[in-house]
Amino acid sequence: MLVAKTITFRIRRFDPETDSAPHWDSYAVNVFEGMTVLEALHQIKAEQEPSLAWRSSCRMGVCGSCGMFVNQFPQLACQTQVLHLEADIVSVEPLPNYPNVKDLVPDLQPLVEKHAEVKPYIIHPDLKEMREPSGEFLQTPAEREAFSQFTYCIKCGVCLAACPTAATDPAFLGPQALTQAYRYSADNRDSGVHSRRDSVGAFHGAYQCHMAGACSHACPKGVDPALAIQLLKRALVLDNFGFGKKESQSAKVAPLADVVKELEEFAPPPRTAE
Amino acid sequence: MTNNKPAVDNRRLGLRGWVYAGKYTFERYLYLGHRLSGLGLIAYMVLHILETANRMRGEQAWAELMAVFASPPFKVIEYLLFAAAVFHAMNGIRLMLVELGFFLGKPQEPVYPYKSSVLKHRPLTYLVMILAGLLMALGGSSLFFP
Repeated sequence: MLVAKTITFRIRRFDPETDSAPHWDSYAVNVFEGMTVLEALHQIKAEQEPSLAWRSSCRMGVCGSCGMFVNQFPQLACQTQVLHLEADIVSVEPLPNYPNVKDLVPDLQPLVEKHAEVKPYIIHPDLKEMREPSGEFLQTPAEREAFSQFTYCIKCGVCLAACPTAATDPAFLGPQALTQAYRYSADNRDSGVHSRRDSVGAFHGAYQCHMAGACSHACPKGVDPALAIQLLKRALVLDNFGFGKKESQSAKVAPLADVVKELEEFAPPPRTAE
Repeated sequence: MTNNKPAVDNRRLGLRGWVYAGKYTFERYLYLGHRLSGLGLIAYMVLHILETANRMRGEQAWAELMAVFASPPFKVIEYLLFAAAVFHAMNGIRLMLVELGFFLGKPQEPVYPYKSSVLKHRPLTYLVMILAGLLMALGGSSLFFP
């Protein structure tokens, strides 16, 4: 492949077994057009520093494993082309606002715990129907669109690394968890806004967000956490004044027999032998 | 390692992450400005209470203090205070609107290039900042050129 430029990678290294504090190491890499930061790290590991540690898997922006702080901006290493950074020196650090495991590996445990705290699942008033469904919940395309964007979250943790509030408030639930709280609260099968209030409506919840927009700017999947958080605040305010979604507004169940009948009606006519 | 306890690398950015707005959008800088102006206004409120408490020291002490506040450097400080109040109020109106979900657009399927709610409410951002600029200019002209 044609080498376009030689770039110096400054990588923040830390091994809790041998280091008392983090330090920086530099590596020169011959970068070609289209080369990603993740590919550059693989090259460094193969040719210069076999002990370099990071986490990655799919190499195509789907798994959310390779979130890193590249040139002071949190992003997926597999989606970041080195030459697009337009810098001769590229600094690579583990995602900030998380404890560091080793080198470029952040500990995403806080993200997982906060995610679990907001009850990220459907809370339907009819528990029996939830456990032993007698049919399908009805949902129109418009009802699906109300939350569809927020289902694309890959839990890479980039938004929490970008958030200035999370930088100073470790207890802040953060963009990822709050977005998922809204994703379920906006679902017409759910009536759980009220029961999520204990976490998302508390001091370290949605109201700590002051719309810096950094999460939405950094999100590699276009999930727009800032939008979800503001809509969640509106849902909380409405719920507080008694104008929120009522349990009776939750999705109705279509009996299975009706669904089968509709499918049969819309099914193409059976083929006949010519 | 001097002992068997492994070292801990806490990567919380703290105040640096709060202050450094780097390559983020204009709204990220407004977030910083809003907090700094808010802290400034709180500090002023405390100083203002201390200042007015001087009235208890008698009429002459009060008149001397007022003479100090009429000097040109204090006029500049007074203007900065006014500008901070205007910025905080106008940006606060934007925040109240967007935090109730207005001007942000509706959720939609993320198709690259993504257009986030931050960009969608940018016209509102510009509008309130222009209004803030006009108010600051009006206040400045009446303070410095009465």
